[in-house]
Amino acid sequence: MEILLAITIGLLYAAGIFLILRRSMVRLIIGLILLGNGANLLIFLLGRISKGKPPIIPEESKVFLDAYADPIPQALILTAIVISFGLQSYAIILVKRAYRVTKNDDIEELTTTDEI
Amino acid sequence: MIAHIVIWPILLPLISAIVLMFFWNNSRIQRLISVFGHGLTLFSSFWLAMRTFSGDILTLTPGNWPAPFGIVFVADALSGMLVLLASLAAFCVCLFSVVSIGKGRAGFGFFPILQFLLMGLNGSFLAGDIFNLYVWFEVIIISSFVLITLGSEKAQLEGAIKYVTMNLLASVIFLTGIAMLYGLLGSLNLADLSVKISESSDHGLINTAAVLLLVGFGIKSAIFPMYFWLPASYHTPPAAVSAIFGGLLTKVGVYAMIRVFSLLFIEDAFIRNILIVLAVCSMIVGALGAIVQQNMRKVFSFLIISHIGFMIGGLGLFTPLAIIGMVFYLFHDIVVKTNAFLISGLIFKLRGSFRLENLGGLYNRYPFLSIMFALALFSLVGTPPLSGFWPKLFLLQASFADLNWWMIGGIIAASFLTLIAIIRIWLAAFWKKHPNYEEAKKRIVWYDLPRIQKTILLLPIGMLTATSLYMGLNAAAIADVCHTVFEQISNPQQYIDAVLLTPNNTP
Repeated sequence: MEILLAITIGLLYAAGIFLILRRSMVRLIIGLILLGNGANLLIFLLGRISKGKPPIIPEESKVFLDAYADPIPQALILTAIVISFGLQSYAIILVKRAYRVTKNDDIEELTTTDEI
Repeated sequence: MIAHIVIWPILLPLISAIVLMFFWNNSRIQRLISVFGHGLTLFSSFWLAMRTFSGDILTLTPGNWPAPFGIVFVADALSGMLVLLASLAAFCVCLFSVVSIGKGRAGFGFFPILQFLLMGLNGSFLAGDIFNLYVWFEVIIISSFVLITLGSEKAQLEGAIKYVTMNLLASVIFLTGIAMLYGLLGSLNLADLSVKISESSDHGLINTAAVLLLVGFGIKSAIFPMYFWLPASYHTPPAAVSAIFGGLLTKVGVYAMIRVFSLLFIEDAFIRNILIVLAVCSMIVGALGAIVQQNMRKVFSFLIISHIGFMIGGLGLFTPLAIIGMVFYLFHDIVVKTNAFLISGLIFKLRGSFRLENLGGLYNRYPFLSIMFALALFSLVGTPPLSGFWPKLFLLQASFADLNWWMIGGIIAASFLTLIAIIRIWLAAFWKKHPNYEEAKKRIVWYDLPRIQKTILLLPIGMLTATSLYMGLNAAAIADVCHTVFEQISNPQQYIDAVLLTPNNTP
């Protein structure tokens, strides 16, 4: 499972970086979304994956008897997902507005801000 | 030491923002409440800062979980001073925008978003937990995204695309670094991480995480190879927005770098050399960019890049004098950069343009104002009695003591080029005769403004200039604070004890 996740994360990062190096604004946004998802999965993987071990102390005991799944990475991912959801929806609207104003999908053509 | 004052600079902007949203359609009341809210925040920050200057480190655990498990806010002298300066800059920008921001922008929530931005800034200066720092960074960038696009002019949207992309990328890189640190060490609390990193033997992976954080913060603070988004976006929004961006947003990246590289990663020669090379390149490239620009705000944008180099260089040298110089420079730069952008906004009101070729004749017409502007602009250069002089002197002395010729050359060249850039602005805007005054007269809004509005526009610039003068003329007081900061960041054990040994929340 770890190997599979590691490969997926690598693919997500690679695809994300490939897409943000393109000139199209739509691909730029898709690339950023893929990168964000890759980072979330990375937190998940680095928090150690364990199956069927909830972090709950048995009733008769006072401490954990067994290794347990770490709940913190899941809280972190949840936070990161919500944040990236907000930022990505903002970025999509921004690209749409920019396309309507500039009539252009090519980032290289956005040169108004470069004049001296 | 537990102190509830730590939370107020974060809570007050939040409360003001919520109150402001109840008056969504009434921009007149929004303006009043906004100034009042920023005033309260400034007051509480002042109080907080005064308590940190003695060298105490104040902490607060909002969830009442003891430190390495729950979120913790920490205020040491560095955080305290930065919170104070951020609140001061935001108060001045708010005063300026009360007049300069039109009904259109105010109607789409300019004032509440400005409060959220201040909340994010204060939060990231006070966060004692690296994931919490990430979340505050996101609060800052989402607010800044709204502020930079509010108005939806063509240039604004184009600049925003570059700004948004680079900031999202920086966040992802920062998050990757956090994921690696958590996977390696199983903690997020800065103090706890510091202990665990010094015990860990896995230097390769920890250095990888360090470089990821360096790149993430480097994009945010616009250092040498990663700065292109800054001059492409900072001159597009209204002057008030440029002022708060130029004064504070890049400095948050510098603050995070100082925190991370003094507390978590023990600097080795490799990281130090990287920092110094990046610093010298930023100084020179930024200053060279500044001297060719015709747009006043683009000149200041490039000067931001150049002056970030001074601070990163201080971090790279990491000798006592260099740290004091770096921290002093950070304090001075927040005040002066905010002021410079506000001045460019006021010059726009007086002459109807940001472009140097369309300006002129200001000294002839407004001699007293021009003297005030001159004080602000020349403290940017570091002319002796003004505030920019002392940190540059400290940094230069530190470089000489270290015999670091790269830094010495960089500081001298960048200061000289900054002088040229400022003199260009001075000649073009103040001494030159206005090229076609009769034609430009139609675009000048200053003459139609009522007296009270003129005063409100001048007040924040006066306040910031006075602060900058105070920092220059009473440099001993600021240097004392910087010395406290130096003692705290060169001895991380104080920070660690303050966070980890405080039992619980009951004061």
